[in-house]
Amino acid sequence: MPTPIIEVSGLSKHYKVPVRQAGLKAATRSLFQRTYNTVKAVDGISFTIQPGEVVGFLGPNGAGKTTTLKMLSGLLYPTGGILNVLGFQPFRRQMDFLSQITLVMGNRSQLSWDLPALDSFELQRAIYAIPRPEFIRTRDEFIDLLELKDLVNKPVRNLSLGERMKMEVIGALLHRPKVLFLDEPTIGLDVTMQRRIRTFVEEYNRHTGATVLLTSHYMADVEALCKRVIVIHNGKLLFDGDLAQLVDRFSAFKTINVTLANGFNSFTQYGEVLNQDSSHVTLRIPREKTPEVTARILAEQQVDDMTVEDPPIEDVIDMVFTQKSAEA
Amino acid sequence: MKRYIDFYLTSIKIALLEQFQYRAQNYFYMVGVIVEPTIYLVVWTTIARQQGGSVGGYTAGGLAAYYIVWTLVRQMNVVLTPYDWENRIQYGRLSMELMRPIHPIHWDVAYFAGWKFVMVFFWIPIAVVLALIFKPALNPTWWQVLGFFIAIWGAYLVRTMIYEVLGLITLWTTRVSAIFELFFALELILSGRFVPMTLLPTWVQHIAYYLPFQWTFFFPINALVGSPAPAEFLTGLGMQLLWILIGVVIVKTVWHFGIHRFSSVGN
Repeated sequence: MPTPIIEVSGLSKHYKVPVRQAGLKAATRSLFQRTYNTVKAVDGISFTIQPGEVVGFLGPNGAGKTTTLKMLSGLLYPTGGILNVLGFQPFRRQMDFLSQITLVMGNRSQLSWDLPALDSFELQRAIYAIPRPEFIRTRDEFIDLLELKDLVNKPVRNLSLGERMKMEVIGALLHRPKVLFLDEPTIGLDVTMQRRIRTFVEEYNRHTGATVLLTSHYMADVEALCKRVIVIHNGKLLFDGDLAQLVDRFSAFKTINVTLANGFNSFTQYGEVLNQDSSHVTLRIPREKTPEVTARILAEQQVDDMTVEDPPIEDVIDMVFTQKSAEA
Repeated sequence: MKRYIDFYLTSIKIALLEQFQYRAQNYFYMVGVIVEPTIYLVVWTTIARQQGGSVGGYTAGGLAAYYIVWTLVRQMNVVLTPYDWENRIQYGRLSMELMRPIHPIHWDVAYFAGWKFVMVFFWIPIAVVLALIFKPALNPTWWQVLGFFIAIWGAYLVRTMIYEVLGLITLWTTRVSAIFELFFALELILSGRFVPMTLLPTWVQHIAYYLPFQWTFFFPINALVGSPAPAEFLTGLGMQLLWILIGVVIVKTVWHFGIHRFSSVGN
């Protein structure tokens, strides 16, 4: 087993937030007596990531995903716990550490708005002290892969959101980082652009063996890139394992689609009917009853075709968070 | 070292490219900056004339030289303000800059140094017009010109350090406007910006000598307009160096504590 590239143990980040009631009276009182609440953005999470892994980091808004990424990348100083990335303590922000990682935030830009992306790439070269031949080779390779040749000379402000994001990704990877922290890299992009960015990250991971930790609200990103997912909620770790295991563990139901050879029949005796027309039926069946129910349908009905599916990953994730919120 | 030289040269190039995109904005900014010394110049020239041709040893031509050189020094003194620091934190720019394996202050120093070349380029025609109107008495030696060139870059670095320290306060307070306004009032009086230092009461001049302000305005202007003795000039450069070093130490200390408190808001 290789040494983990990221080791996190009992990591926490707490914020002291001033609290005050609305109104003038409360405002006056707060001048003399301030009240604070401690918000536990991240609350004692632990995990390890091996070199080359692509891990999805999932959770609802405010779960602590971005805070964790910021601590891993050295932007935030942790309140407690042990943190090790590439053998460095990120919050020390040593140059050797920063030269080997990158953080891409879907809603933040590091490119100059007024200049063509090529000029910003040149600045990245100087910042990371990339030897010029290597820089040109990498830059041109990435531009070709993302099909941006005709756009690199246009000022960034004249590019579409998707085109800008592709430029951002190139800028962030020019120094060929070993660890990528991607925070919603496809936010706001159309399906085609999302796919291009995903494919590019996948290629980069395959060619360089880089480790990727990705947060995204688009489950298509997670399904396409990540075999393993880490789920956090209210700052606590809920799940760490294979995506398939997550579905097995948290999804209580399966969906059965039946195409009938001889038209309409009643299916309510098998389970909850989600949808039915003259020749198709969609059923929701408790997971443990799936083998029994499929056998019964095949024996009792004239079936032309039948599929058994896990529910969409979005539904599973939604179920996990709803369930955990209700418990809290 | 080679890495830093490459970074500085590239950042200066980026600043030039960006700022030439905004020619009109830069020109109007320049015009705004010119208004302030022109008012001072008109007021003090009028006083000089009323007092028989000079005030505090400055003739009308001497005052014209002082305030026209002032306009150049002012361009050289443009640095990242605490307001920029507020924006930098508020809009998440600092987060992205912190991901770079180079301290953000290097970017500030390099970028504003590059901007100066654009500003000086725009300043030249305005200075010519001011000279034609106010007829400055300015006859520097080559040594004075050389000394002035060194002193204006020294002034830039001293002011950068002061403003970076003020800007870093935003890591605690998020807003720094009130502190900045107080500081700005002190700078206006004690730097030679409002009035040449030699026109201030002696006790104010004594206090100002031990503060950083006059080394950012009065000292470089006087290096060209006045006739400082070599020892006086070298002492001035020494004071600039001292304040730059003090600034570096304070910036490093404040940074060390401030960055632990940074909450990366605005993302």
